[in-house]
Amino acid sequence: MSDITSQSLFELTSNIKEKKLSSGEITKAFIDRAEKSKKLNVYVTDNFEKAIDQSKKFDSNPNFDLKLPGIPIAVKDLFCTNGVRTTAGSKILNNFVPTYESTVTQNLWSQGAILLGKLNCDEFAMGSSNETSFFGNVQNPVGENLVPGGSSGGSSAAVAANLTPVTIGTDTGGSIRQPASFTGTVGLKPTYGSCSRYGIVAFASSLDQAGPMTKNVRDCSMLLEVISSFDQKDSTSIDYKRNNYSKELSKDIKGKKIGIPKEYRVDNMPDEIEQLWKNGISYAKDCGAEIIDISLPHTNYALPTYYIVAPAEASSNLARYDGVKYGFRSPGQNLIEMYEKTRSEGFGDEVKRRIMIGTYVLSSGYYDAYYLKAQKVRQLIKKDFDDAFSKVDAILTPSTPSSAFKIGEKTNDPVSMYLNDIFTVPINLAGLPGISIPAGKDKNNYPLGLQVIGKPFDEQNILNISYALEDKINFKNDISDWWLRE
Amino acid sequence: MSIDLKTVKHISKLARISIDDEKANKLKGDLNNIFEFIEKLNELNTDNVQALTSIAETTLRFRKDEIKSENIREKILKNSPEENKDFFVVPKVVE
Repeated sequence: MSDITSQSLFELTSNIKEKKLSSGEITKAFIDRAEKSKKLNVYVTDNFEKAIDQSKKFDSNPNFDLKLPGIPIAVKDLFCTNGVRTTAGSKILNNFVPTYESTVTQNLWSQGAILLGKLNCDEFAMGSSNETSFFGNVQNPVGENLVPGGSSGGSSAAVAANLTPVTIGTDTGGSIRQPASFTGTVGLKPTYGSCSRYGIVAFASSLDQAGPMTKNVRDCSMLLEVISSFDQKDSTSIDYKRNNYSKELSKDIKGKKIGIPKEYRVDNMPDEIEQLWKNGISYAKDCGAEIIDISLPHTNYALPTYYIVAPAEASSNLARYDGVKYGFRSPGQNLIEMYEKTRSEGFGDEVKRRIMIGTYVLSSGYYDAYYLKAQKVRQLIKKDFDDAFSKVDAILTPSTPSSAFKIGEKTNDPVSMYLNDIFTVPINLAGLPGISIPAGKDKNNYPLGLQVIGKPFDEQNILNISYALEDKINFKNDISDWWLRE
Repeated sequence: MSIDLKTVKHISKLARISIDDEKANKLKGDLNNIFEFIEKLNELNTDNVQALTSIAETTLRFRKDEIKSENIREKILKNSPEENKDFFVVPKVVE
């Protein structure tokens, strides 16, 4: 049997069910490795002691019918966990201990999983490199001083470095798929309304979705099956029959029509990414899929639309952080001064920038010119996809316009940072499911991903296409464990 | 168009975030860069386009108004920045 921490979720659950491994052994193995991996800075808060207790409890009375029997899992620190500090990567929530549990994490624990700890992320999920976190940078296990992507950077690094078998992240404009692409892992953003947003620290409510981040496509299907559920507590949760994603997983994609949008060829895109895309197309053909050229004419307007809609919603959602009922407070002579100092000292620069953009576009006299305009363009972007999906079953694109970059390389230029999400943002605006799978490497040996986009609620189809492509691509990450110290 | 210092200060007031002049100047530059990028939307004619207000197109559901959580008053007050066992404490509001 291979080393415990390098096993997939599928292998670990099989080994537990066949009594070859105990939950205690598995949990301890991940904790031991985490203790030696502090340099990566993936954890904001660990739950190791309680996790050991819970694993022993599971072993003394195991239930092998569960889908995640005694499996230890670390989650992004954007999910509220009852009794365990939840910071959203922000100083303003530095000492916040929720009194409730998010629905998606509750779904994990109800299927037997055990909380390992809370993973680092960009502050309030606003960032593409994990550099906006109050708790510091995360190192990409792929190479030293390389960003792991963001905002779910602690999550992508933890999966790639074998510090958790799988994890869940959140994706508002690419925050699952871009870090997955940067670390050679798999990340899926489900259809809007598939996974409950209850108990997730809100960023942009019309875009936010939780989703699985895993080592491979099969694990991704197993985890999606657990976290996707209808929830009364989220008014935008949609009641529909969800597939048994892992049971129905199939490499047979013969006759599937896959669209290739010409607008996803952007200026200055490295040749390697063009080549990666071509390889993906030829693998899809080899699997019997039919390739169809399509057009998504409003692609170039997606990022500007996103940078109105998301900050507008964020400025409204983040109004609750006022230093009154929870979180950080800076004292003031009067109530207004207390609010202003609390928010000035409690939020980081990027979060403040986005609150300011959002406040501006919603302010009197500018609403029509910016916010209403953006909502109209969002309609056009959605219509592009509706039209495309009348001709094809799925769309194949690169996940990101570049591979992982160096820490500090883009922090001084917000717009260049925003451009990272050029291929992922349109999918959130249209509410569609999208998955990034590792598909190759660039000249520096850094991973690159391909994205498969599906029709609403058609996660099974994009999982199947990814499963077939994954088999042909046969990607190997070759991470050297450079950060380990004994 | 461009955003001047006065506008930056006004927005910061609306957003209840205090900023000093140095930060305001830096923000002015950032915001202008970002809005230059956003202005691209003006290339599109959207006169006859309906605004997309909800991607999920669901109607809000009704539910019974029932108390489901147990008494968590103490736990909630524990998160309060200034300690008091019965209330949230803020600076004096009424003179």
